[in-house]
Amino acid sequence: MTTTVDRQAPPAGRDSGPGRGRRGLFHIPERVRRGGLPYLLLLPALFFELIVHVIPMVLGVVMSFKELTQLYIRHWWGAPWTGAGNYRVAVRFDAPIGRALLDSFLVTCAFTVLAVGLCWLLGTTAAILMQDRFRGRGVLRAVFLTPYALPLYASVIVWAFMFQHDNGLVNHVLHDQLGVTGKPSFWLIGDNSFFSLLVVSVWRNWPFAFLCVMAGLQNVPRELYEASAIDGAGIWQQIRLITMPSLRSINQVLVLVLFLWTFNDFATPYVLFGRSAPAAGDLISVHIYSASFVTWNFGAGSAMSVLMLLFLSLVTAGYLLVTNRTRRNRA
Amino acid sequence: MPERSPTAPPPSFVWTRRIVLTLLTVFSLLPVYVMLSSSLKPLRDVTGAFRWIPEHLTVRPYVDIWRTIPLGRYFVNSIVVASAATGLSVVVAIFAAYAVSRYRFRGKRVFTITVLSTQMFPGILFLLPLFLLYVGIGNATGIALYGSRGGLILTYLTFSLPFSIWMLVGYFDSIPRGLDEAALVDGCGPLRALFRVIVPASLPGIVAVAIYAFMTAWSEVLFASVMTNDTTRTLAIGLRAYATETDVYWNQVMAASLVVSVPVVAGFLLLQRYLVAGLTAGAVK
Repeated sequence: MTTTVDRQAPPAGRDSGPGRGRRGLFHIPERVRRGGLPYLLLLPALFFELIVHVIPMVLGVVMSFKELTQLYIRHWWGAPWTGAGNYRVAVRFDAPIGRALLDSFLVTCAFTVLAVGLCWLLGTTAAILMQDRFRGRGVLRAVFLTPYALPLYASVIVWAFMFQHDNGLVNHVLHDQLGVTGKPSFWLIGDNSFFSLLVVSVWRNWPFAFLCVMAGLQNVPRELYEASAIDGAGIWQQIRLITMPSLRSINQVLVLVLFLWTFNDFATPYVLFGRSAPAAGDLISVHIYSASFVTWNFGAGSAMSVLMLLFLSLVTAGYLLVTNRTRRNRA
Repeated sequence: MPERSPTAPPPSFVWTRRIVLTLLTVFSLLPVYVMLSSSLKPLRDVTGAFRWIPEHLTVRPYVDIWRTIPLGRYFVNSIVVASAATGLSVVVAIFAAYAVSRYRFRGKRVFTITVLSTQMFPGILFLLPLFLLYVGIGNATGIALYGSRGGLILTYLTFSLPFSIWMLVGYFDSIPRGLDEAALVDGCGPLRALFRVIVPASLPGIVAVAIYAFMTAWSEVLFASVMTNDTTRTLAIGLRAYATETDVYWNQVMAASLVVSVPVVAGFLLLQRYLVAGLTAGAVK
């Protein structure tokens, strides 16, 4: 603590020095500077976070209790309160709106589980296989990171082209070249769209898993491998007994981040499917988006968003609780 | 990276590695190949069945796309928005990271946790209220945030802020305190110590953060789709709108996709090693 106080007490006579004019913009009264400087430094960040994240979040919760339809967009604070009305509509699963929300939620869950699992699997496999030095490793690393580096919308547009019915690469390979399908399939409408979305999402996100696992592997002490090699462990045993267990802590964060990103994903289905997503690829973010902006019913949209946030918070809290307990028990 | 064992890996491992890495390479590069090869085909070659090897090569798509859609305007919008958001975000993050790294104060933990957790919220949750907030501010004060580049800049700068602050705190922490303390003793104010000593010493980190912020703003879709109008549309929204029309000149779209990808891919390849280093530091903590 002493050092902190020292650094905030500037040497005497500094403010009358020749440098004063140049610092004029940042001239702050002495009294404020002593304790207030860190807060002043944080002020811009706090201000922007407040405007773009915190206030809208609070507003969103307020809005979810209002009947905020097209009529009230210009004067939304004057919209009438509806209590839990929006929530009742959202969770009444036998009515069309609630039913559609539930379907979208279930599709999103299935999609998220598969996508996160595959991303993790591909990323971990590639990172472990590339742990040793070999020729071309650096080039391969750059190649594998390319999907992640490309602007999302550009690469999703390319995938949309590849999935075209008449002139796409996928039908050309599956139908014309391999003869797997009897006739060319539609990939961007109907049930197939689920798999198209899954492929694009995994293609885009597995490099992130790869990157994280690669970073995690750098912390595995080399001595462990050497000792086990002397004890006669083969490479597969080493992967199973040394590499995998030491990745546990990075996996905890990685899986959570992948889960949240995939579950919240908007851009991929929005760019891939265009105006209206098919039911099999109707992820929850897109669903809420169209429910809000097509009908201009912001109250219902906000209620759905709040429900989504509640779900994500519950899952995150549960996940952290369970994984932390398991880690403690193992330790 | 530590090597696993001093002895050469067995053939079973080497073959698994070859096969798996080959498949992953094909998977990763397939869209890149399609993008590149299709962008060089004349229109009639992309409307018929797909061909692996282009029969006729042309650079016309790269010329025509600027007239088919107002790509130039989208480009200007994206560059202005992404650059301004990046510049502001980096400056704001430098100040905040300096406070967190060098000072003790009440509420520091709350600040870092809050800022980091905003990263996890679904964008859709604050999209609607932010939209109404911008419209409201516009009605009340006449400052046009909705539909303007300014509103988009304001939004995007906060998107990269959490990661930027987190990464810069790590960088600043790794700079010996003695350096800036010496500057303070020499009569520098805290801000001059920051810009004369700490910022130059952590330039790689700042570059990495800037590239990250630029990529975030360059690729954003959700907020751009709501917050822009015809004149302020960014590349993301303009290209998407064109690519989902019924009659699309796919060769031109592929050319445009390639052009918009070059700046960020180049940036990312520069960033890559800092990113791995930053993640490693974070994982150790």
